[in-house]
Amino acid sequence: MKRSMITLFSLLILASLVLAACGTPTAEAPMAEEAPAAEEAPAAEEAPAAEEAPAAAEAITLTIGFTSSNTGKYEVSSARQVNGFSLWMDQINEAGGLTLSDGTVVTFSYETYDDESNAERVQELYTRLVNEDNADFLISPYSSGLTSAASIVAEQNGKVLLTTGAADDATYKTGNTSLFQLYTPANLYMSSTVDMLKELNPDAKVALVHESDKFSTGVAEGIRPYLEANGFEIVLEEGYASDTADFGPIVNKISASGATVLLGGGHYNDGTSLARAIYDRKIGLELVYLLVAPADTKFPELGDAALGIVSSSQWELKATHNEAEADALGVDWFGGSGEDFADAYEAAYGDPPTYHAAGGYTAGIVLEKAIMDADSVDSDAVKAALNAMNMMTFFGGIQFDTSEDAHGLQIAHKMVVAQWQLNDAGEFALEIVAPTGVATSDPVYPIPAQ
Amino acid sequence: MQQLSLLLTSLPDGILLGFVYGVAAMGLTLIWGVMDVINLSHGPIISLGMFGTFFLFIKMGINPYLGLIPIAVLGLLLGVAIYFIAVNRVIDAPHLSSLLATFSVNMIIIGIATAALTTSPYNVDFNMGSFDLGFTTILGTRLIAAVISILVTGGLYFFLYRTRPGKYIRAVTNNRAAAELMGVPSTQILALSFGLGTMLAAISGALIATFFPFSILSGAGYELKSFVIGVLGGLGNPVGALFGGLILGVLEGAIPAFMETSWVPVIEFGLFVVILLVRPNGLFGAKE
Repeated sequence: MKRSMITLFSLLILASLVLAACGTPTAEAPMAEEAPAAEEAPAAEEAPAAEEAPAAAEAITLTIGFTSSNTGKYEVSSARQVNGFSLWMDQINEAGGLTLSDGTVVTFSYETYDDESNAERVQELYTRLVNEDNADFLISPYSSGLTSAASIVAEQNGKVLLTTGAADDATYKTGNTSLFQLYTPANLYMSSTVDMLKELNPDAKVALVHESDKFSTGVAEGIRPYLEANGFEIVLEEGYASDTADFGPIVNKISASGATVLLGGGHYNDGTSLARAIYDRKIGLELVYLLVAPADTKFPELGDAALGIVSSSQWELKATHNEAEADALGVDWFGGSGEDFADAYEAAYGDPPTYHAAGGYTAGIVLEKAIMDADSVDSDAVKAALNAMNMMTFFGGIQFDTSEDAHGLQIAHKMVVAQWQLNDAGEFALEIVAPTGVATSDPVYPIPAQ
Repeated sequence: MQQLSLLLTSLPDGILLGFVYGVAAMGLTLIWGVMDVINLSHGPIISLGMFGTFFLFIKMGINPYLGLIPIAVLGLLLGVAIYFIAVNRVIDAPHLSSLLATFSVNMIIIGIATAALTTSPYNVDFNMGSFDLGFTTILGTRLIAAVISILVTGGLYFFLYRTRPGKYIRAVTNNRAAAELMGVPSTQILALSFGLGTMLAAISGALIATFFPFSILSGAGYELKSFVIGVLGGLGNPVGALFGGLILGVLEGAIPAFMETSWVPVIEFGLFVVILLVRPNGLFGAKE
């Protein structure tokens, strides 16, 4: 009995591991039978259509649907993103909502569920958000993999899905028309870092070691041709499983490859483990760039292992965008300043905002602007307004690709390169080191004791 | 040639880590061998051991190795409590009942810990330096963890073979009814066995926390490794579990030299199935 149970367990485990090693990280199968409701008009009973409302001004409350990763590997970044969106919603509602030209006052509420950082849960829950909770508009979960799962449901139901915390660009190249991306796409994630590296050391030997998920793989594949075009030698390219705990063998591999620079990582959990393993072994790397994890304010909890680590950031307060920049570029400025956002965020949550939080807040700003431009809450009208959008917020430029090949892909937003350094008081500070126009400090190169 | 050099670099790391895996597996295999219970709460108990180190070191400033003593005691008491609350009443029921009972405990611990501690990673910023051997670097934390693992294994062996409660455990393992007829208080002995199993899990977690960041969900991976090691080493055989851990550690050190690291679990669990089919009593024989 005991042996047969163990055999059954082992076969199940083996099968799932082979699938995990060979397969793609996200589910792509649409939930056909659960998502029939395309003909349901958006916001049917709660958001009366514009044509039936000539009379008295009325108040409507739009339901925004999204999932959050309250548990699992995306918890840290997801929580920041949700905090940012909640802050925007609270501010709008406290200010009395948005007023359309016919006098309709629009306020907002949201429905959310814990997706457990799991793509299958995301598909179930977005279907529920659309069909049972009658969400009027959708915000993406955190991460490219989960957003890819949510995008299928949004597209099937014709719901606008504003994606934040999701940089992978492949999702926008499958003919979708309802997705709108706020982040700089994954294939451009490391380009500013490579530009900086070319100035620091054009002979650097690069190891590309990344999490084997949709986003991180997309970033690595996107930067490879750019590295080669800039004359860098890639001495190691390897993916690792998302749940890797022991990075010792991988760090040894990096060391054996002769790499002087590491570009890679994935998300928060694996990024912190990788940073610590590199620090413990001190393999002489001159620059360590990790995705996502170093941009979080919790990262210095690693202690000295955090020092010198570089990452790119979708937004940093020290390099926040402003109205003068918008004027110089000749685009509309919309929303408040980065400083106002940071103050409000810190007052609400006690932490300084990360780019994940700023992205969540900006999802609200973009929705607000689209509704105001459309002068309607109708989904198609809002979609048209998003297609026509070209503006700048404190988060940066917002404009979406409207071509059939890459509809919804972000084309105006730019990233900065940040590095954990010690300030004059000996405290960890995330300094902007590139591009030079917005840099707050010179890059530390080579980094100490890695 | 580069692969051989990489192999030499990574093997010591894997071997040292393997000793700690062995301690984790001993906890699982002890419970498995003594009472035919697959303890599915093994993983979160390993995680609780990690948090034990975190709170004792970060919050109270207690050296992680000194902190092993209170963690071991608390692990033992927690196991005894779990036994009386969730396992004792289903010990003679079909295996599925005990499996579900320990799975419930697993879910309860994860649920409470998630609410209290979140699933964000925690880090114990503790360093014991490193030793450069030329072809590789040995981390002090891993070396000490391996030495402690060997001591714990020796201690367990001594307890099982040289003390009265240990002999009672072996008697209950061999024939519970006969042991009861000889006056052995089997319920208490089973509770003690369960407690020892969870104590070993907590100790292994406490040691792992000195070299990897972790969350309450981190123990699940080590629980799966413990299954593999249990089968490799032989059910209920603590020394076998230590050697099983070493084999797994060597595999984890050696495989990345030749292929992508994402293939490590596939090969590990492939070996698990092969051993079950070819040598079901494990490489070192079961101690029933």
